[in-house]
Amino acid sequence: MKILYFAWLREKIGLSEESVEVPASVQTVADLLAWLEDRGDAYRQALSEKGVVRVAVDQEHVELDHPLTGHEEVALFPPVTGG
Amino acid sequence: MIRLQTEDFDVSAEVRGLTDGRTDVGAVVTFTGLVRDLAGDAAISSMTLEHYPAMAEKELSEIEAEAHRRWTLLDSLIIHRHGTLKPGDQIVLVVTASAHREDAFLAAQFLMDWLKTKAPFWKKEATEAGDKWVAARGEDDAAADRWDKR
Repeated sequence: MKILYFAWLREKIGLSEESVEVPASVQTVADLLAWLEDRGDAYRQALSEKGVVRVAVDQEHVELDHPLTGHEEVALFPPVTGG
Repeated sequence: MIRLQTEDFDVSAEVRGLTDGRTDVGAVVTFTGLVRDLAGDAAISSMTLEHYPAMAEKELSEIEAEAHRRWTLLDSLIIHRHGTLKPGDQIVLVVTASAHREDAFLAAQFLMDWLKTKAPFWKKEATEAGDKWVAARGEDDAAADRWDKR
């Protein structure tokens, strides 16, 4: 699974993207966020503001209960501020 | 049409691009968003726009298609810049063309309202007090919501 980070999530985690092999127990976006949080302090800090992190799967906005197969492009970012 | 670019744009040239050679357009509405020089009380020296290219293209195309489903538009254009901009610089352009004004007015406002809450762009302002990511505004969510859900 490819994970992309944007804006202050990218800065806090220190990566703009990475490829990860997620365990079979990761079945939804919420599972993925919980799994990422356990990867270290930077992740925990960046993802701690649960209500603020937005998620896109294969370039579409999704909710936390969106299912994952492990082969998607998942993007994590704060609420958008363009325009 | 959607364009994501670092370069500036010329509003009149873009409007001409939509209307040249056709005589069925009775109304053209343009909206241009500019970088302001103040964030609260702090003076902004520059603003950097980060974006998620593949998703920005896809999301803006979907928003544009939705505007064409809701209103009778003859053509439309959205340009969004990214990279580092200065106060006074143009950030975003929306142009809508229709036979009668109401479609063009409403569609332009709809495009901006949905773009602000859905298109994956993030602004970071550089001020004397340091750099700061711009927070999303509740007013923008409310403005987007009045057009209903997709």
